[in-house]
Amino acid sequence: MCIAWAMPSYADDFTIGYLQLEKDARYSKKQSFARYLLGSLGRPYAGAEVALKESKFHASGIGATFKLEQVKGKDHAALLTSLKEMHAKGVQFFLLDLPADAVHEIATATKGQNLILFNVSAREDRLRQEQCQAHLLHITPNYAMLTDALAQYLVFRKWKEILVLSGQGADDLELNQAFKRSAKRYGLDIDEDRPFALGNDPRQRDQNNISLLTADADYDVIFIADTQGEFARGVPYASIKPQLVVGAEGLAPVAWHWAWERHGAPQLENRFEDKASRPMRDADWAAWMAVKAIAEAVQRTQSRDFTVLSKHLHSEDLVLDGFKGNRLNFRPWDNQLRQPLLLATHNWVVERAPLEGFLHQTNNLDALGFDKPESKCKF
Amino acid sequence: MMHKSLSRQIFLASLITTCTLPVYAKGTGYLFISSEKDNNITVLDGKTYEVIKRIGTEARPRHLQFNADKTQIYAAAGDGNAIDVIDVAKLELVDRIGEIDDPELFDLSADGKIMYISLEDDGALGILNLDEYFAKREGKPDLKVAEAAPEGASSEAEDDAADDEAGGEEEGEKLPGMTTVEVGEEPEGILVSPDGKTAYVTSEVANTVHVVDTASKEIKANIVVGNRPRRFALTPDQKELWVSNELSSSVSIIDLATNKLTETINFLPPKFRTEDVTPVGITLNKDGKTAVVALGRANHVAFVDVASRKVTDYVLVGKRAWNTTLNKDDSLLFVINGLSDDMSVIDVPSRKVLKSVPIARVPHTVLVDD
Repeated sequence: MCIAWAMPSYADDFTIGYLQLEKDARYSKKQSFARYLLGSLGRPYAGAEVALKESKFHASGIGATFKLEQVKGKDHAALLTSLKEMHAKGVQFFLLDLPADAVHEIATATKGQNLILFNVSAREDRLRQEQCQAHLLHITPNYAMLTDALAQYLVFRKWKEILVLSGQGADDLELNQAFKRSAKRYGLDIDEDRPFALGNDPRQRDQNNISLLTADADYDVIFIADTQGEFARGVPYASIKPQLVVGAEGLAPVAWHWAWERHGAPQLENRFEDKASRPMRDADWAAWMAVKAIAEAVQRTQSRDFTVLSKHLHSEDLVLDGFKGNRLNFRPWDNQLRQPLLLATHNWVVERAPLEGFLHQTNNLDALGFDKPESKCKF
Repeated sequence: MMHKSLSRQIFLASLITTCTLPVYAKGTGYLFISSEKDNNITVLDGKTYEVIKRIGTEARPRHLQFNADKTQIYAAAGDGNAIDVIDVAKLELVDRIGEIDDPELFDLSADGKIMYISLEDDGALGILNLDEYFAKREGKPDLKVAEAAPEGASSEAEDDAADDEAGGEEEGEKLPGMTTVEVGEEPEGILVSPDGKTAYVTSEVANTVHVVDTASKEIKANIVVGNRPRRFALTPDQKELWVSNELSSSVSIIDLATNKLTETINFLPPKFRTEDVTPVGITLNKDGKTAVVALGRANHVAFVDVASRKVTDYVLVGKRAWNTTLNKDDSLLFVINGLSDDMSVIDVPSRKVLKSVPIARVPHTVLVDD
C-alpha cells in the first residue's frame, strides 16, 4: 500500500468526485416530462452508479475500492469550494454534470493542479475549442460531432437541400453554427435560415406559425436548431408540405439511445433502467463512461499515482468500451472522446455514424467533430 | 429424400433409448445453426447445404451445444428466458428448461450432467444440475415457440415490469437444481475444465477472467485480460486457456498452472485498422496446433500457429464473422456471419472459402453432427 497517498480515511478508497448544481434548468420536471429527443430525462448520477457497480474488480489490484462522492452546489463558487475541499482530501478525479459556463469557470480555476475533470453534459463546441483545458476531458459529444453525424446521413440519403429553422437562444445559435459548419464540410445546401419564435403573437406570425415558416422555399428536409425542444416538437406534421424534420426533432443525433440493439447495448440499458427506472440518455451514458474511463486507467496501469493515470487517460493506447462497437479514447488535440453516434427517432436508431463510406485518414471516428487541423485548442 | 433420412433417424433414436451403455449416435452429417431473429435452428445437409428443416424455438436462440452422447442439442433462447432441448434424431423441440433470465452462453460438464450458464443480468454464474432439475421441476414447461421477429424488431418475449420485480434476490432459488456464484457484471464467455472442478467466466465490463472453484463456489482468481473478453478455447493438453478480446483486437493466453496472463496475440488483416478488428469466436483444432479466430467487423478469420503464436493466414468471409466450428476431422471450418445472415465454409488445408450459404436472420452458432 502507498502510505503517503492521502488522508487516512481515503487509504482504501478511490474516491471520484461528482459535482452538480442544486438547480439546473436542464433537469427541470418540465423538461424531462416533455421527453425532447435531445434533452434529458433526469440527472445522470445513476449512470455513474451503474459504472461503479461494474467496476468492483478494477481496483482490486491496488487494494482499493471505487467510491463516488456527490456534491450539489448552489452556485459556481460553492462548487469550487467543495471541489477544493475534496481535492485537499485526496480526490483527483471529478465528474462535472454542469452547464458550459460552470464547466469553463471550474476548469479555469483549477488549471495546473493535479486533478482531472470529466465533462458529462455540456455540448458546447467552445469548451473543446478556445476554452479547452489540458485537465478537462469531454465525454459527451459536442455539437459539431452531432451535426456532422446528421450531415453524413443527409448526404448519404441525398437529401441535400435544407431549410433551417433557428432558435435565438445562445445555445440554439451554437447548434445552428455547428450545423452550418457541417453543411459546408459535407456539401449540404442551406436554402434559407429562418428564425423562429415561441408564442402566438399575430404580429410575429412569420416566426411562430409553422405553415408560414415552412412555405415558399424549396428543400428536402427541415433542420431545427432548438436545444430546448419546445418549438421543435410542434414542427413534424405541421409543415406546409409533407416534409421530414431533423435536428432537435424527427431524426436526432445522440450519444446513446435505449433502442440501440447492438454491441451489448441492451444489457447496459437494462442495468441503467434497473437503477434509474427510466431510459438512458446521453448525459447518463457519459457519466457512466467517465467512471469507466477512470476504472480502466486504474486496472490497466495497476496504479493510483496521478501522473501515471493521467498519462494513460490521455494516451491513444487507452481502450474504452462504450457499448457502441468501437474502441474509444480521447483526441489528443482537444480531449474530446472519439465515439460513434446514433441517429435516432423517438423509438428507433436509424443509423450509426460514422456511416459506411465516410472515411478518415487515421481513424474514421475523427470524421465526426473537430479534426486536428480544425482545432483551435491550445493547451 | 428428407423423409427417408428422417425415419432412419427416428429408428436410430429408438435404438439408442433402449441402450443403457453410452452409445454414441452415428452422426447425421447435419449442421445446426441458431438464428437470433428468426427464432429457429436451421438444419442443413452437411454435403449439399440444403435446408432440411427449421426447428422453431423460444425467442432469440444463441449458443448451441450437444449433450454428452450427441442425441440432444441445448439452445439458449435469450429473450425467451429458456434453454430449449432439441432431439437430434427427431429434429424436434422436445423439452425446455424454463425461467432462466436471458441466457446467452453456457457449457456442460464432460458427463453432460451439469450445465454452467453465464447469467448476464444477474452478474452470476449459474450451476444447474440437470438430473435434479428434470426430477424436481413442477411439470414440463409449455413448448410454445416464438414467432419470427418482424424486420428490425427485438424478439423480446412477453416481459413486463411484474416479471422484473419478481427477479432480484430469490432468482436462482426458484429453479430446482440451480445454484449461483456471484462473479460481477456481465459474465459472458464460459468454459468448464474437463474434470468439472473449475469454471472460467469472462466479464465483459471488468476485462477479467474469473476462475471459479465449482465445489466451493468461490472465485479463486481474477485475471485481467484485454478489453471486452468474449470466448474461450482450451488447448487439448489443458495447459493454456485462450480468450478473445473483442475491443482490444487480440487474444490473451492464460497459463492455467499459474492462472497468469502470459501472452497476447494481436490481429490486423491487411488494409484494416485495429479498431475494426473485433475478435469473438475462437476454436482450436483437435491436435492443438492451429487456432482459428473470427475477427468480427474485420470480416476475416485468422489462422494461428499455436506453437509460434503467429498468424499464418487471414481468410475473407462474410460480415461480422462471429462463431466458428470445425468438423470432426478438422478439414472444414464453418464461420457464422452475423450481419450478412450467412455461413462461410472454409476448406482448412487450402484456406479457401468453398461456399457461402444463406442461413437466416442474425445467425449465431453452428454445430456439426458428424
